[in-house]
Amino acid sequence: MRGLKKSYGRFAALRGISLDIRHGEIFALLGPNGAGKTTFVEILEGYRHRDAGEVWVLGVDPDHQSMALKTRIGIVLQSSGMDRYLNVAETVEMYSSYYPQPRPVDEILELVGLETKRDERVLRLSGGQQRRLDVAIALAGNPELLFLDEPTTGFDPSARREVWEVIKNLRGLGKTVVLTTHFMDEAQYLADRLAIIANGSIVAEGDPATLAGRDRMVATVRFSLPEGIAPPALFELSAQTGATYELRTAALTRDLHELTAWALGAGVELADLRVDRPTLEDVYLELTAEVTSPASTAREP
Amino acid sequence: MNTGSMLMNQVKYVNKAFWRNPASAFFTFSFPLMFLVIFTSLLGHHNVQVSPGRTIDISTYYVASMAAYAVITACYNNIAIALSIQRDSGVLKRTRGTPIPSAIYILGRLIHAVFVGVVLVIITAAYGRLFYHASIPTGAPLLEFLVMLLVGTMAFCSLGFAITCVIPNADAAPAIVNASILPLLFLSGVFIPITSTAPAWMVWIARIFPVRHFTLGMDAGFVGTSFNWMDVVVVAAWAIGGFLVSYRYFTWEPKR
Repeated sequence: MRGLKKSYGRFAALRGISLDIRHGEIFALLGPNGAGKTTFVEILEGYRHRDAGEVWVLGVDPDHQSMALKTRIGIVLQSSGMDRYLNVAETVEMYSSYYPQPRPVDEILELVGLETKRDERVLRLSGGQQRRLDVAIALAGNPELLFLDEPTTGFDPSARREVWEVIKNLRGLGKTVVLTTHFMDEAQYLADRLAIIANGSIVAEGDPATLAGRDRMVATVRFSLPEGIAPPALFELSAQTGATYELRTAALTRDLHELTAWALGAGVELADLRVDRPTLEDVYLELTAEVTSPASTAREP
Repeated sequence: MNTGSMLMNQVKYVNKAFWRNPASAFFTFSFPLMFLVIFTSLLGHHNVQVSPGRTIDISTYYVASMAAYAVITACYNNIAIALSIQRDSGVLKRTRGTPIPSAIYILGRLIHAVFVGVVLVIITAAYGRLFYHASIPTGAPLLEFLVMLLVGTMAFCSLGFAITCVIPNADAAPAIVNASILPLLFLSGVFIPITSTAPAWMVWIARIFPVRHFTLGMDAGFVGTSFNWMDVVVVAAWAIGGFLVSYRYFTWEPKR
């Protein structure tokens, strides 16, 4: 993929988005419902036409050469059925037959872990198995680029795990994967890079571990002291609830060292000692809250 | 894969799914044959007037009528309901995201429906021949019969595609399909022969819609009435109308 840029102005749906997705990476687009995730990927897939801006997918403009693009991409839609009366192998074979250079069916079934279900009718598959079959169908044409629109929404934890493992396996094949989700853990677990979209705009973009500088943000140290012991006067504590104290610090290593040195010296056990950094979820909620505040949502139709 | 083998391949999968789906196999395949047995057993050996001065055994009449009915269900009902379900469940949208040309996908359905229709006609005719000594058309009448069969299958397939444009979702599909076709089947003499005492409004309705014309054309070879090319023209006009409506309004994505 040669890089994909778009800036565009459809009112409310997408308000000017520019993104580059690199070849071979798993890229997650994270955002709440109605943020514009599906609109965004459906433009890339060729289902919808943009109002403005430029889009290049695998060097092709999906608005003008959708047929050329269709042979090189695989699509897993948010929800889409298949013929319930065909079996697993037949389903993949049928979709394979639409492509000029399909991947062998047995190989695909092994990739998604459905090799033991090959003769099972689609209507007898569990939700997680059907989702894996969705991925199998998307892989039928041996695509360079795969779109997964909310691949695990509505699944129980074990079905989500099943699908995650399949997506992780795709990395080994060197496929580029564009994934949308509203689950933080999903983006964190799967993605090499991610962007957070809210209300039609990208509000943050980067590595899941360092997104929006969360690795450098203030950390919170929490600990409890036995009754009758006063906290050290080494630093200013930011909060206290009962015997539990909270210390917010930008110099974690130093402060933690001083705290534990004091405790050792005083012979005090620091019960419940904990250090917290903002999670991806904290960052996400903070970022999406800003743009979905009442003032901006009022413009939504 | 070239276009031809892609098409035949598509027909193969449509066919597989068709026979494994109890609803489609039953309503499309068993209904006409079941009606044929019921009508002929119930009504026995009456005579019915099919044209001035020509009366035939009612069983022969039903052999021809049920053959026509079978084609209509296989094409119109089957396509309209199957496509509505596929559209609603997102199968059509998924297909749209793959490189198979839309025309191949649509043609695959059409060819399969025609195939089922023709098989039903053959079974019905064989049944009639075996049990009621119905005469099977040969020579020129056979040719005329085949022309009407071909044009009729095209028309009812094309109308099946067209009606999906007004079907809002899969749940409504059977109701809309039956509401649109059942009254016409009665008004067109498919189930109950229309005699000269039929009211004028009924005759007019039958004249406008394609069912009566199609049935008359199908009957001709079996019951020995005269074949009228005007019937073919009317049915062909409906085929074109259905195609134009589908071409303009057919959607691949669920209507929400």
